[in-house]
Amino acid sequence: MTLRIGALAALAWRDTRTTRRRLVLSMSSIAIGVAALVAVDSYSADVVRSIHAQARSLLGADLSVSAHRPLPAPVLAMLDTLRAKGAAETRVTTFSTMALGGTIEGGGKGTKLVQVRAMGAGAPYYGVIETSPAGRWSELQGGENAIVDSSLLIALNANVGDTLSLGYARFAILGTLRNVPGDVGIAAALGPRVYIPDRYVGATQLLGFGSRADYESLVRLPATLDADAITKAHRELFDSLQVRSQTVADTERSLTRSIEQLGRFLGLVGLIALLLGGTGVASALRAYMSEKIDAIAVLRCLGASGAQVVWIFVMEAAGLGLAGATLGVVLGVGAQLVLPHVLGSFIPVDVEPRFEWIPALSGLALGTWVGILFALGPVLGVRKVAPLQVLRRDDDGSSTGESRSMWRDPARLAAGAVLIASIVAVCIARADSAIVGLWMATGISAAIGATWLAAMVCARAARRLARLPWRFVVRHGIANVDRPGNQTRAVVLALGFGAFLLGTLALVQSNVLQQIASTADASAANIAFFDVQVDQANPLDSMLHARTLPVLARVPIVPMRIAGYTSRKPKAPERPAAHDSAQGRGTDRARPSWAVRREYRSSYRDSLASSEKIVAGKWWTTPGPDADGAFEISVEKGLAEDLGVLVGDTITWDVQGVRIRTRVTSLREVQWARFEPNFFVIFQSAALREAPQSFAFLSRVNDDGARARLQRDAVQRFPNVSSIDLSLIENAVAKILARVSLAVRFMALFSVVTGVLVLVSAIAASRRQRVRESVLLKTLGATRAQIIRMLFTEYALLGAIGSVAGILLATGGGWAAVHFIFKTPFSIAPLSLALVAAATMLLTVATGLFAARDVFAETPMAALREV
Amino acid sequence: MLVARDLTKSFPSGDRTITVLRDVSFSIADGDFVAIVGPSGSGKTTLLGLLAGLDTPSAGSVLIDGVDLAALSEDARARLRGEKVGFVFQSFQLIPTLTALENVRVPLDLRGDASAESRAMELLRRVGLADRTHHYPVRLSGGEQQRVAIARAFVNSPRVLFADEPTGNLDHDTGVRIVELLEELNRDAKTTVVIVTHDLELAARARRMIRLSDGAIVEDRVRAA
Repeated sequence: MTLRIGALAALAWRDTRTTRRRLVLSMSSIAIGVAALVAVDSYSADVVRSIHAQARSLLGADLSVSAHRPLPAPVLAMLDTLRAKGAAETRVTTFSTMALGGTIEGGGKGTKLVQVRAMGAGAPYYGVIETSPAGRWSELQGGENAIVDSSLLIALNANVGDTLSLGYARFAILGTLRNVPGDVGIAAALGPRVYIPDRYVGATQLLGFGSRADYESLVRLPATLDADAITKAHRELFDSLQVRSQTVADTERSLTRSIEQLGRFLGLVGLIALLLGGTGVASALRAYMSEKIDAIAVLRCLGASGAQVVWIFVMEAAGLGLAGATLGVVLGVGAQLVLPHVLGSFIPVDVEPRFEWIPALSGLALGTWVGILFALGPVLGVRKVAPLQVLRRDDDGSSTGESRSMWRDPARLAAGAVLIASIVAVCIARADSAIVGLWMATGISAAIGATWLAAMVCARAARRLARLPWRFVVRHGIANVDRPGNQTRAVVLALGFGAFLLGTLALVQSNVLQQIASTADASAANIAFFDVQVDQANPLDSMLHARTLPVLARVPIVPMRIAGYTSRKPKAPERPAAHDSAQGRGTDRARPSWAVRREYRSSYRDSLASSEKIVAGKWWTTPGPDADGAFEISVEKGLAEDLGVLVGDTITWDVQGVRIRTRVTSLREVQWARFEPNFFVIFQSAALREAPQSFAFLSRVNDDGARARLQRDAVQRFPNVSSIDLSLIENAVAKILARVSLAVRFMALFSVVTGVLVLVSAIAASRRQRVRESVLLKTLGATRAQIIRMLFTEYALLGAIGSVAGILLATGGGWAAVHFIFKTPFSIAPLSLALVAAATMLLTVATGLFAARDVFAETPMAALREV
Repeated sequence: MLVARDLTKSFPSGDRTITVLRDVSFSIADGDFVAIVGPSGSGKTTLLGLLAGLDTPSAGSVLIDGVDLAALSEDARARLRGEKVGFVFQSFQLIPTLTALENVRVPLDLRGDASAESRAMELLRRVGLADRTHHYPVRLSGGEQQRVAIARAFVNSPRVLFADEPTGNLDHDTGVRIVELLEELNRDAKTTVVIVTHDLELAARARRMIRLSDGAIVEDRVRAA
């Protein structure tokens, strides 16, 4: 058998002699998908390896303990114990505030909302924060110094050496940040980072009541102590005090999981590109096999069995699949070097790209396998070519010799089943679990199936178009789309999918941005002040009135936690937090949800806001507590679901150490997208009026300059008060979206390139028939211009079908994403879609005309010669 | 009037030059029925290609109605073919994606002639295929396909019709019917017909026979009436 297979392989090799270039071209459509997978998998492996190597620097310590309030005494006692055992400990306090360039007395240069990180001496214990000029980090603790993001210097028009005011304290800007381990590049989009020494936090007087800050303790442990054992031993203490802990292993685990998820998502796009390439291969192979009918008939005449014929062509497909996959691996390794530029701002580690064997070998295997699988259908279809074909065959060139229906051919049905099983197996192998893998396979099949269906519908519509009384060249071009062996479906599928991905992306982006912009337009307010202390509320009010600016809202904010609650909701899972305690974290399963553990910033008022709607129960009409002594509250619908509370249930709150018992008397729907303070829980005024609180103020300043001056003056007078300019939020979201869509667009590019390659190989596959026909038309009197117009019509139509199919699906996909993920109303962005459509058409026409250029070169004499 | 003057055609082959036609000259009167015969490789098809302007000679010239084809661009030659020349091929050369009627219309469609539909129908009736107008080539027999090709060749009322082995792929009886059809159209439409064939029985039906051998005319005789 070995010898026979060897002989068949030699025959297969000789058989491809005249068509090798064209076949390699069609196999290169596999290469792009393989390249995408190899690039994504290799890059993920690079990142995971880097995370492992740098995990300690990412955390900056062996153990981190943090809370949204100063660490409570029992935790401090625990830290003391660790210190006594030889551990080193330092503090980091993180909060947002307004930074003022220059000094308050000097009038200041400008203001900007920043993220302050106040670092204790020695922090971070691991990893190096790089600065420009170099080495400035070690000088930070030497005095009232600050190291800032360079974007802050640009925003404040300041330089290294200038003064920066944070609250009531002043800092000298020592330098700018170049690299902070563990920070993703996109972090600065939400506000530039400012590092200061922790011991000057008090001097800023910024952390007043109700201010949001994160208090963290970084611990470096001696070799004798194990961070994971420590957190395990103190788990209950931490949970009961709402303190978070993180070890190096936790950091590595959670980052690795995120990277793997990102890799899986991007890999999905690569897998789809590979399968689209596979459909291109099937299509090209079908055209190729139709040319091979005579050769097969001759082989059959000479005694070859059907199985031998199949072997010959399967070996050809395997060889070509291997060639395509090899090319893919080479391209993928190249793309692996590009990915850091595309994804770098989401990745918290410095990545050293390295050749990764496992992704490369699995890409090679997968590409070859896909080549064989997709070739099987067309190859099995011709195994029954009768030897009689040598003597008699249809001369129209369109016959593939395939038996009429694959449904009656067990071998081809089996090949189809193996194909489907392989897709499912690959998805399961790439997913966490069989269920996720099955969902992925279903998703991929649904996406490809929907594009295929859209392509079919559009192609059928085009067929009808060809019957209309157009000019001949147009009609003929349209009819060409429907030409036997033209691979319209494969081309449209690949092109349509690219347009689908790009279109969906464009729609999501424009809808989200539009939503924010329309929020800005519709909102009465465009500037908000937070952390306004009780004694600052009236002066700020006067300051706004003095400038004839409206105070659109003055909202009290009271921080609190859930101390306990009862739930009468049927089938609600048993909560350890119920009955007067929010603690009780034992295992992950029993861990109370975030909704129970989080800190709430609630408000009180006695009327419903315009952005709210009661969906259950009713708003209170009495000012005081009920007979039971419980105050009435209104809970946001989603939160009520998370907590499992219904109207009538009671919740006890811990408001700065004071317990307040409340009863849920209504559930509200809240339009969160509005630019105004919205709350999960609203209390009766009487419940919280005397509680420690801060205020948020809303106003509207139409002039950009006046808005900036107001922010600057407010910071000068109330240095602890933060203000947010709505246009800044728009900018930040736009920046993040642009980064995300760059990454997705990069992956979508693989599908688009696959589409182009399928198109080129489709044109190459039908080249003989195309040249023959255009030469014949020239013989019958067609000019070059007429031939070009026919080809132009054909490719423009192919591009149009592809883009219409893609855009129809993109509209569906965009709607689903906007509706289900972003939960905002959907609107079509005609300009973006038109751009995607135009680009798809242009690409198709340009590729088509370029690939078909030798059609023009042939002289009409060829028609006479070809018999 | 179709005139060939000192036609020579050479091809480079490796480092040598092969001359396929050598100083061929003749003229064919309007409405004549001429057969060009000769063994394989004698240059028949090359000569036909040059006469129809499908290829350009290495030396010499071809005149159709006094117009020198060498002086025309490729597109101008294509337009001239569209107006004055018809073709019938051995392998029919129908466009597989078009129906019989659509195939016949092509030369007129390319000119934007509004009468294409009625004229094509008339021609299909003449060749006996009025009931097969909407059939695709693959659904027609070889003889029927060749009749569609003849209808197409005559649809633009050409001054000259070139036929390259028009019966080569047909059985004897079908071939005879095809030749009779060509004769009938030649007679009725006064179209000059030039047939290339190695079928001497077919050649004998022509009014004039030009015999080629090794790229040169070795015999040029008119059949006795």
